[in-house]
Amino acid sequence: MGNKKRITQSIVFWIIRFFSLSVVLILFVIMAFIIIKGIPAISWDFITKAPEEGMMKGGIMPAIVGTLYLILGSMIFAFPVGVLAGIYNVEYATNKYLKNFIRIMTSNLAGVPSIVFGLFGMVVFVNKMGFGDSIIAGSLTLGLLALPVVIRTTEESLMAVDNTFRQASLALGASKWQTTWKVVLPIALPNTLTGLILSIGRVSGETAPILFTVAAYFLPKLPSSMYDQVMALPYHLYVISTSGTNIEEARPIAYGTALVLIFIVLIVNVTANLLRRYFGKKYKVN
Amino acid sequence: MSSTVIEAKNLNVFYKDVHALKDVNLNVSRYTISALMGPSGCGKSTFLRVFNRMNDLIEGCKITGSALVEDIEIYNKETKVDELRKKVGMVFQKPNPFPMSVFENVAYGLRINGISDKNFIAAHVEKALKYAALWDEVKDGLKKSAMSLSGGQQQRLCIARALVVEPSVILMDEPTSALDPISSAKIEELMYDLKKEFTILIVTHNIQQAARISDTAAFFYIGELIEFGKTKEIFTNPKNDRTQNYITGRFG
Repeated sequence: MGNKKRITQSIVFWIIRFFSLSVVLILFVIMAFIIIKGIPAISWDFITKAPEEGMMKGGIMPAIVGTLYLILGSMIFAFPVGVLAGIYNVEYATNKYLKNFIRIMTSNLAGVPSIVFGLFGMVVFVNKMGFGDSIIAGSLTLGLLALPVVIRTTEESLMAVDNTFRQASLALGASKWQTTWKVVLPIALPNTLTGLILSIGRVSGETAPILFTVAAYFLPKLPSSMYDQVMALPYHLYVISTSGTNIEEARPIAYGTALVLIFIVLIVNVTANLLRRYFGKKYKVN
Repeated sequence: MSSTVIEAKNLNVFYKDVHALKDVNLNVSRYTISALMGPSGCGKSTFLRVFNRMNDLIEGCKITGSALVEDIEIYNKETKVDELRKKVGMVFQKPNPFPMSVFENVAYGLRINGISDKNFIAAHVEKALKYAALWDEVKDGLKKSAMSLSGGQQQRLCIARALVVEPSVILMDEPTSALDPISSAKIEELMYDLKKEFTILIVTHNIQQAARISDTAAFFYIGELIEFGKTKEIFTNPKNDRTQNYITGRFG
């Protein structure tokens, strides 16, 4: 009998191990595919020059810069708004119904398809607010998209902070804000940063929200203000994969673009993880 | 200065429908240690948390009757909670130093009250750490993270953190229940010194501890204050059978 139990145990174990490793495998295959196909296109000119000759030659520099601007812009909007909303929900809101309502709405926002965000951005930011196709319109739209992730992770990291810390601070006569700012937030910071990382990852790869709000099909110069249009990596990838005169010949450029996009996300992730580790050590809780 | 520091008159506490404390009347004198005893859920922690208004944080908590600290009505609208909490410090069951340096943990109470004078802060931090009998152990590592201290040291750090604002009353909610016997003994010893300058209210599940350290003791049972008096009398000659049964270990 004991034997049977052990055999079942090891079969289940191997099945579970297989599936969890297959996740890693899939990621590796995708990465390897893009790296192998993309590397030949990468050169100094590719990342420092504007596209030329119907985007068949030259580089993708304006798209790289555009994507960086959009990441930055959307974070400037989404991070403060999302973190403050999360703080409000966890630390301040006392009305249970309001809290639940906000929470459900946040989840709903997370479930809205990104193309709908794009349409909303076009109607509100581009037309009604008169920003036109611009970095600011695109950033706000992407920011909205990132908002639920930022809010949710802020909430979760705050809720994970042991209540005795809050009590200890309040018991010393600290105000709620002092408690939140000086005690709770530093403890929650490492996990909140994870939320930021995730949302940056999501924002940098989105195509639909920027389609009608900022992305330029072909714009070989850099923006001079936040009311300018820019090229962006995901949209550029889409364009050269679908609408060129010679799609086959443009393939290497497409893979090169994808590689650069993934590399940017990777750099952001690594930096944010280093930050997270640094703050995690600094505010380590036993 | 009147000799009564803490006073409860017909004090009732409700959590929604639960009547957690029933008509409690109790006076605590200055410079004494009072132990609050009773089985779990008897209301002793609730009683403790009346005096720094920590019950405010609990939804649906309602209080009637009167509770005074140094003749100030706690639940008066004019009494500011943060002022009250400066006067009434608290030490919790689990050592919970903030994830900051040893120094900053103690300085916290001063900084939140808008004090920024470095010399003043340094002097008071040192004084508080000496009060808490921790100074000699940490004076060379004030910048180290408080998390690197042992459990007993962390708890003494929490005591120093509470003392730095110079409260007149210290509430202790089972301060040694998460500590090893040697660390507990140190804290008990420390409390003995502290009562020269502070009035201490301590909730404890450890009956021997109550007998060892307290001057007066209260026995709570299902929200009622069954007996309150000199510790010696409670332990040698309890007036109530339930008190007797509890302290002799027949239930708890």
